[in-house]
Amino acid sequence: MLNRTSNGGKIDREKRVNFVFNGLSYAGFEGDTLASALLANGVHLVGRSFKYHRPRGFVAAGAEEPGAMVQLEEGAQTQPNIRATQIELYEGLKASSVNVWPSVDFDISAVNGLFAKFMTAGFYNKTFMWPRSFWMKLYEPVIRRAAGWGRAPTVSDPDIYDRMQCHADVLVIGGGPTGLAAALEAGRAGARVVLVDEQKELGGSLLSLNREIDGKTAIEWIEQAKAELAEMPDVRILTRTMLFGYYDHNYLVALEQKTDHLPLKDRSGKVRQRVWHFRAKQVVLATGAHERPLVFADNDRPGIMLSGSVLTYLNRYGVFPGKNIVLFTNNDSAYETALALHAERLKIVAVIDVRNDVTGELPDKVRELGIQVLEGHAITATNGRKRVSSVEVRAIDPGADKYTGHSINFECDLVAMSGGWSPVIHLFSQSQGKLKYDDDRVCYVPEKSVQEQQIAGSCSGEFLTEDCLNNGGVAGRIAAKKAGFSPKKEHEPLTVQEPEMGKMEPFWVVPGNVPVGEGSAKHFVDLQNDTTAADIALAIREGFESSEHVKRYTLTGFGTDQGKTSNINALGILAGILDKPLADVGTTTFRPPYTPVSYGALAGRNLGNWSDPVRVTAIHDWHQKNGALFENVGQWHRPWYYPKTAEKMQDALNRECLAVRNSIGVLDASTLGKIDIKGPDAAEFLNRVYTNAWMKLGVGKVRYGLMCHEDGMVFDDGTTARLADDHFLMTTTSGNAAAVLDWLEEYLQTEWPDLKVYCTSVTEQWATVSVAGPKARKLLQKIAPDMDLRPDSFPFMSFKEGEVAGIDARVFRISFTGELTYEINVPWHAGRAMWDAVMEAGAEFEITPYGTETMHVLRAEKGFIIVGQETDGTQTPQDLGMDWIVSKKKPDFIGKRSFTRSDTAADNRKQLVGLLTDNPDDVLPEGAQLVLDQYASKPMPMVGHVTSSYYSATLGHSIALAVVRGGLGKTGDTIFAPLANTTITAKIVSPIFYDPKGERQDGEV
Amino acid sequence: MLLIECPYCGKRHETEFRYGGEAHIVRPEKPEDLNDTEWADFLFMRTNTKGVFAERWYHANGCRQWFNALRHTVSHQIIAVYKMGEKPPVSDQGSEDR
Ligand SMILES: [Zn+2]
Repeated sequence: MLNRTSNGGKIDREKRVNFVFNGLSYAGFEGDTLASALLANGVHLVGRSFKYHRPRGFVAAGAEEPGAMVQLEEGAQTQPNIRATQIELYEGLKASSVNVWPSVDFDISAVNGLFAKFMTAGFYNKTFMWPRSFWMKLYEPVIRRAAGWGRAPTVSDPDIYDRMQCHADVLVIGGGPTGLAAALEAGRAGARVVLVDEQKELGGSLLSLNREIDGKTAIEWIEQAKAELAEMPDVRILTRTMLFGYYDHNYLVALEQKTDHLPLKDRSGKVRQRVWHFRAKQVVLATGAHERPLVFADNDRPGIMLSGSVLTYLNRYGVFPGKNIVLFTNNDSAYETALALHAERLKIVAVIDVRNDVTGELPDKVRELGIQVLEGHAITATNGRKRVSSVEVRAIDPGADKYTGHSINFECDLVAMSGGWSPVIHLFSQSQGKLKYDDDRVCYVPEKSVQEQQIAGSCSGEFLTEDCLNNGGVAGRIAAKKAGFSPKKEHEPLTVQEPEMGKMEPFWVVPGNVPVGEGSAKHFVDLQNDTTAADIALAIREGFESSEHVKRYTLTGFGTDQGKTSNINALGILAGILDKPLADVGTTTFRPPYTPVSYGALAGRNLGNWSDPVRVTAIHDWHQKNGALFENVGQWHRPWYYPKTAEKMQDALNRECLAVRNSIGVLDASTLGKIDIKGPDAAEFLNRVYTNAWMKLGVGKVRYGLMCHEDGMVFDDGTTARLADDHFLMTTTSGNAAAVLDWLEEYLQTEWPDLKVYCTSVTEQWATVSVAGPKARKLLQKIAPDMDLRPDSFPFMSFKEGEVAGIDARVFRISFTGELTYEINVPWHAGRAMWDAVMEAGAEFEITPYGTETMHVLRAEKGFIIVGQETDGTQTPQDLGMDWIVSKKKPDFIGKRSFTRSDTAADNRKQLVGLLTDNPDDVLPEGAQLVLDQYASKPMPMVGHVTSSYYSATLGHSIALAVVRGGLGKTGDTIFAPLANTTITAKIVSPIFYDPKGERQDGEV
Repeated sequence: MLLIECPYCGKRHETEFRYGGEAHIVRPEKPEDLNDTEWADFLFMRTNTKGVFAERWYHANGCRQWFNALRHTVSHQIIAVYKMGEKPPVSDQGSEDR
């Protein structure tokens, strides 16, 4: 391979790994990332940029890589926008560039330069405000084609994902020198330690830097630490695990990749990724630091990389990303890279340093090797189409907005830059920690924690390895102690052979030979979102001066990158333009996830049948066998209707409705919420939660009630039976049962703890078979021969207990259809037996099972409301024409006081009415808006909407319920429903369409 | 996700609980005696505290008991939990703007 060192690195040179990128075959070694393998093969051009479609290559070597994202694999396995720097190479890997069309080498959008002109800062904000039609027809299709990155898979995810819950005493984040030292110390104290690291192996920066720790090589020290940790029974090490979210009370979430590094053929049947949910007593943040780029003209060409990352490629992967190298820096760390590259006999063209009077261990060594060092100079231009080929360097002209001095041209194929180091404070910031700007270290460092955590090493601004190790150890000891353990005696501090680092000098943006923003050169700040220094200046000119505004206007720090390399540079440029100290500008907020997480991983096993519990009744199998279609009511699957072969929905509904009206229908009403209410104060309690009177309800009787919230709005309705003096059975709507129980318990515990009442949910204890129709009594008498069913003995709104079909049952005479109805309640396990008995006894009456849709039609014919359909939380009982159920005598009940509030008592509220369309065959769409003047100019004044609408086979025409402003006083008026292509005219009528006097409720005697 | 100490069950994840809003808002003994403004104050007006806030929680997926908590609305630190009907323990963190 072209660009490999002869030995060294954490790769296995005996094991070749073949892979394909953009259709071409390459080989790397085991231990490579896709990025290191491509660089070894001399491939720098990996994609095109987001807005401008400029050629882009690798900038970094890890999670902070802003641009080098690829489409990984194909078909169901494909993943868009994965950083090549984080992909472990495996045999047969296939990847391709994203955001290119037709190819990475020749991209139409870039050739046209079409987007460069109008996609400036605030582009999205500005176009969003343009006429909507422009956006829909012009911009959106163009942007969708041009921008965005990879393609989402089009077929469902074949992989398996897992979830783990873990409680740790000390959770250490980061397996570099700091994290290892912390884990060792916390583990030695006996704490349950979890150490997570995103890489496949522990070591962090020690894998990239040649350091000697207590006389051992860094690699030897890592192995020794690993061995000691492995001996500790309560230490768990999770590698390939990215901690991506830090939430309240030390709740942290991490993604463990278990098979992504394996060849595709070796993955099947295995869990691909596991999401870990941690609750930790103490957290040690040992997340390290990211190097910052320098912002100079056309700093985005492939071959312009971070200096520390170049060192990582060299030392860890045995790859040199170039042979003629220019270094550009504002600190000493780039000199270490220069020395390492020089040791590999690569040509160091020059070191360009913005500082003056640069001395110290590393710069001196570089000079001693005869390498040219240009102090007080900067790169003011770069050249090269798909890879950097030369740079122009000029002396810095302090304070000037352009540098016009003599330019020196250096030919090169790699620029290694260093703009200093930023602690990786993303997780600290997610945990609500407060940051402060450190002028000496030129970075933001953690200042004050909100949660139980320790911050150590580079994350706290301590960039030397020796400080990281000792600092990490102290953090581990403190964490263990705070988690309740007693650390043993302190160890001698570790000593590390490492070069001293001189002072760095912030240099936020380097002008070219024209001022920033003029000419065609671009000074990129955020390489993922294509934000330039000129964009930040434009944002400020247009009035967006706060860091949060600049971020949104320019998109700096957005996307999957979350500003890892760009954030501080953007703030530095902002501070420079505003002429304020950087500390006064303030950081923006970092948000989870730290790196992207797939929906598949987050969903885990909660897919398909496991995505939500399904509730079915004891009679469900029968419904399925007999062709019912189902609808979801909350989590319940309820029969919707029972079509016969080749029967259309409306025909089925007509048949079911007519059966109930003329003979007998049967409904599985088991899902109705049922609450058992018991205690000496039960009647008093009901009296307070329902709007009507309950004290005098006789044992054996049933009453309908409405429940309101304190604001007077209807919340639920249902019937409640008095089983004994101190014992009631309440029913609620099927979807609201849990909410009603919560509501009752809330009042019993918080407002009226003096009341002696218990509430128990018995919904799933009682199955309910509801038999309705004029012949219902005849049917029931067949299977309950001993029960006196005569209307005077078993009147409407009462119940009896007794044997039905040999089963102990409670039979309620209530009605949601207007017909004679018996609701037969039996223990849940006997539900199916009761249903079968009813069906058998009903055969001679051609008993017809019906579902929720017929139930809705029948109740609408009677003008009965459904809470949640006629109501939406803004209807009072009075609005629904149900003033009759509101007690005028009770001194107090929930909602009463609100009925006299001026707004609640207003007479022009939306009130429940019936609608009859002029054309009896027109069925109004539910939700249709209603107007009084069909010729009113748009926007037409809307006075209400249709809440329920059906065709009524019983009546031979359509019916509808609606809420209309002042509707109770508008009976007989005409109202209009303007629809897309037509307007339906209707008359306002009483909502009771059928049997208004209730003459049918006793059925056939 | 908060870790909430139910006074009856101990520490549990927030997902087991339902939030119940500001604590110590007593339903008036005789609502009819309140004028519209006073009643609206009871119904709708809540303090929007930046700092230590007394609030109600309901261990809905647990013991189903209501209780009170003192929570700092910026840091989300829970300073104390106490049962319904009890007075809030004195907090010295009320004024601290963390
Ligand atoms: Zn509890």
